[in-house]
Amino acid sequence: MNLLCETPSPSRRALLAATGGLFAWAYLPKFARAADQRDPRLVVIILRGALDGLSAVAPIGDPDYAGLHGQIALSLSGDHPAIPLDSFFALNPAMPVFARLYRAGQGAVVHAVATPYRERSHFDGQDVLESGFPGPGRVGSGWLNRAIAALPRGAPVAVRGGLGVGATTPLIMRGRAPVLGWSPQTLPQPTEDLANRVLDLYRHRDPLLAEALMQGLATEKIAAGEMDKTPRGGFATAAGMRQAAQGAARLIAADDGPRVAALAFDGWDTHANEGGATGRLAQLLGGLDGALEEFERTLAPVWQDTAIVIATEFGRTARINGTVGTDHGTATVAFLVGGAIKGGRMIADWPGLKPDQLFENRDLAPTTDLRAVLKGVLADHLGLGGRVLAESVFPDSLAVKPMNGVIV
Amino acid sequence: MAADLHAGFIALNRFGLRSRRGGDLAAAASYPRGFLRAELEQPGIAALEAPDLPRTAVALKILFTDQEQQRLQRLAADMTIQTASLEESPGTAGTPSSAKPKEAPKPPPPAIQQVFRTEASARLRRILEAQPGFVERLVQFWTNHFCVATMKGGFVRIAAGAFERDAIRPHVLGRFGDMLQAVESHPAMLFYLDNQLSIGPNSPAGQRTGRGLNENLAREILELHTLGVNGGYTQADVTALARIITGWTFAGRAGQLGEPGSFVFNANSHEPGEQIVLGRPYAQRDVGQGRAALADIARHPATAQHLAFKLARHFVADEPPPALVAKLTDIFRNTDGALKALAVALVDRTLGMHRARRCAIPKNVSTRRDGLSGACPKIPANSSARCFSRHAALGPAWTERFSRYCRRLGEPRRHESAARNLRTHRRSLARFAEPARSSRRDCRRSRIERNTPGDCARRIEAAGVGFVVDVPGSAAPMKGARR
Repeated sequence: MNLLCETPSPSRRALLAATGGLFAWAYLPKFARAADQRDPRLVVIILRGALDGLSAVAPIGDPDYAGLHGQIALSLSGDHPAIPLDSFFALNPAMPVFARLYRAGQGAVVHAVATPYRERSHFDGQDVLESGFPGPGRVGSGWLNRAIAALPRGAPVAVRGGLGVGATTPLIMRGRAPVLGWSPQTLPQPTEDLANRVLDLYRHRDPLLAEALMQGLATEKIAAGEMDKTPRGGFATAAGMRQAAQGAARLIAADDGPRVAALAFDGWDTHANEGGATGRLAQLLGGLDGALEEFERTLAPVWQDTAIVIATEFGRTARINGTVGTDHGTATVAFLVGGAIKGGRMIADWPGLKPDQLFENRDLAPTTDLRAVLKGVLADHLGLGGRVLAESVFPDSLAVKPMNGVIV
Repeated sequence: MAADLHAGFIALNRFGLRSRRGGDLAAAASYPRGFLRAELEQPGIAALEAPDLPRTAVALKILFTDQEQQRLQRLAADMTIQTASLEESPGTAGTPSSAKPKEAPKPPPPAIQQVFRTEASARLRRILEAQPGFVERLVQFWTNHFCVATMKGGFVRIAAGAFERDAIRPHVLGRFGDMLQAVESHPAMLFYLDNQLSIGPNSPAGQRTGRGLNENLAREILELHTLGVNGGYTQADVTALARIITGWTFAGRAGQLGEPGSFVFNANSHEPGEQIVLGRPYAQRDVGQGRAALADIARHPATAQHLAFKLARHFVADEPPPALVAKLTDIFRNTDGALKALAVALVDRTLGMHRARRCAIPKNVSTRRDGLSGACPKIPANSSARCFSRHAALGPAWTERFSRYCRRLGEPRRHESAARNLRTHRRSLARFAEPARSSRRDCRRSRIERNTPGDCARRIEAAGVGFVVDVPGSAAPMKGARR
């Protein structure tokens, strides 16, 4: 526990209440979490390319599912049976770790969920998912960064800032709040000698640059640790996802490391030969599952205070296309994982899969706004107030109420 | 010097690849626009040809042969294992080591990698030699616009260089419509966006196999390549275009449809019937249906607007002046997409614009030493500043240089923001020898293509090979990255 963590004193609260009145109160984040001395960790994993929610968590109990998803539909029988989550939904068998966490009450699935975006462009879809605005192209910052920035000064999460994993910080983590950047190696490591020479060059030419390089080297030391330094081949491979998760987990587990991390995994755009219980998508889901295992292992000491959110820009067509894949769709799934998640349950207002129940006779119809889920996590896990969430974190979303009871 | 050093600097660094030794800053400064335009007039300037650079079909034949060899090797290995296990049957036991299949000799570097490296080296050489390199910048712009990602696999990896040489370069100073036709019928693009798998459900092949459409390429043609995401098309247009381009594929190893590795139209999998795209009917029964649709889409006003904006954003500013975009849109429409006219207009209007907007040098800042005297700090920094902030993976030399530049010009905020991005530098260092496997999204969105041999070369340059800056009045030129 960090002893330097500043908790608000009663006098400061009183002063604020007295001077600002109710109006100011509404903008003031709750201090519940700071007060009970929790030191929460929050990880958001974006699946770029649009995850087929109906193949990740299949509505086995829906009479129309098997017909629509054809030869890639999951089923409870066969060589690779899906893992039942309740009497209606079953999980892709490539995700045994999530299944275990779900049974332990530490994993939940939100189904038929979507951002407010209703078109089918990856780029605009990801922009809406990450910016937290109701439409694309509005802003250059991300909701996760604005959430950190909205926390009271001195809150552990605000002090330590965020972690952006990848060669460039994902939009979701860009903004005013401080962000540490790290990316796993996809190529052989340069020798230490090279790093030292470059550092020496920078020291003579540009101290600021030298300082930045030194910080980068120190970050890599924490992130890589004893990890096998073999490059694993990027964020679209199972090994790469595991490697990214391990590094990110080490950084946010560190006493003085960031508390909120954003990662992005690639390759979910399964237009052709998607596969079902095995195949291309199953391999990716297995990679994601491996990443969850790495987080669970590395964050074990703080697992009770950890929440992981997994989301994608939109779903895919309910009906498979002519190449045994799926094209761009609308609603999909979001996963919630971690000791802080009130799990072991499916969260879904199921819209059905009959032609007139599909969105534009094509996609799973959205019944839950992803922002409600994210707001629920931010409110109960980081202690952000409803007004802040509706105005600065997810602008123009007053009508979208935070989902209650997502966090233990 | 009466010459306009600032405009010369812009000409070399914004439109070209950099300043080189040999006084080209002075040359550029004496007549910046002419300096850039002269390059556009050189015959064959965009072509990149060498005996070891294979044409598309040749590259793909190398791939097919390689794949076939690997298949045979696997087959042979399987048979060896089977034979070995037979030999291990009771009676012959006792020599377990000799029964094991022999370790296969290490295969030579895969053909794919070899071709890719040859292509990358050719770009590196070209970038080092190009002067001022405006045409290479245009090649990079259009290759990025029509991105194919090597992470898709060996097919794209071996064909990416040939794609750029065969589909982009011949048209980079020609017509957009011709480039579009070449790109959308190129095997690398067809494979990258799955079109060889897409089958008309009512075509003979569709009826026989029960397979059907894949709308991946059709959507990206409209969203990314032509109209733009807000270009006014609907899901119905995407589906109709997908039907129109069924049958657009390439011949395989056996060559049943044509020369292996070349574009072919396979009537057997083409969806029959008239289709309507953007309100226009297309009744042709063959490849002409797609050709006609692409020709119309290339001339669509939304395409002109989309491409004009993108060019202006790339070469001028993140939020380009609307008047410039409007002018470029007009030129695109009036010239039927003449890309050379657009390049000329970009140069003329941008360099003119900067002269008009000249502002004072801030106090306490000496710029003379780097040959930047008379420079306005706001202008050279604008688009590149934001570009660098967002795409810091360019490499240390770029950012170091930019960071220093901002600080010298008294812009601490930009200096810090550039410096903040330096944490990525170490990764860039590691990466510069190999192209990054970036996501499709990064690939399409970034200003610099990240998955082609050209990028590889450019990154090597960014990491420290280039950046020779001429210094008027000083004895020796400085190397930005190596001083």
